[in-house]
Amino acid sequence: MLTRMSRMAVASLVCGGALAVLVPAAMADGRDPAYAAARARGEVGEKMDGYLGLSGPGNATLKRLVDDLNLRRKAVYTEHAQAQYATVEDYAFTSGCNLIAATVPGEKYQGPDGVWHERTRAAPLRDARCP
Amino acid sequence: MNNPELIFRTKVRHPLATRLRRAGRVDRRRWQMAVWSAATMAMCGVLSGCITVNAPSKPIVIELNINIKQEVVYRLAADAGKTIQNNKDIF
Repeated sequence: MLTRMSRMAVASLVCGGALAVLVPAAMADGRDPAYAAARARGEVGEKMDGYLGLSGPGNATLKRLVDDLNLRRKAVYTEHAQAQYATVEDYAFTSGCNLIAATVPGEKYQGPDGVWHERTRAAPLRDARCP
Repeated sequence: MNNPELIFRTKVRHPLATRLRRAGRVDRRRWQMAVWSAATMAMCGVLSGCITVNAPSKPIVIELNINIKQEVVYRLAADAGKTIQNNKDIF
């Protein structure tokens, strides 16, 4: 009885642990695994203009992924820019400021010099107009 | 017979002619100064035209966001942050 109980307890703990690890990871970014992996590898980076770019040599699959996400981003930017009485470029640029600030070490981002940088523990190099 | 000479003299001694001649002397100085300054300016033009411009070795980065105002960025920052939080799958 005890063994059975303890087994169940262990199983539930393991399951709970697995869920605790998996769920926040999925909930936290909600990103497509291929996109998340490309980001983590530094193949895809955040550009200053609020869109994604290929920071490495890239390939057709990655390019399609980036193009698709950028189109969806543009749709979101357009909708919110209209609500804020701003241009899509302004809204996208502001989002770019936030997105570059939100990169984690190892990810790539475009600096004000137009060159790809790898995010370190230090603050990223951002445009002077970023808040 | 003396008529042409007379006419000539009268022409030379005509007060207006004298005035014009005197004025001409002053004008000549001015004219010379103008010529000199024009020549100097022309030389400057020639010299500046001789300055060679070398092509930059670095690629030229075209700043497309140059017209974006900082105040607009500050105004939109909070809303843009919320938008990112609400669309985590694409950001």
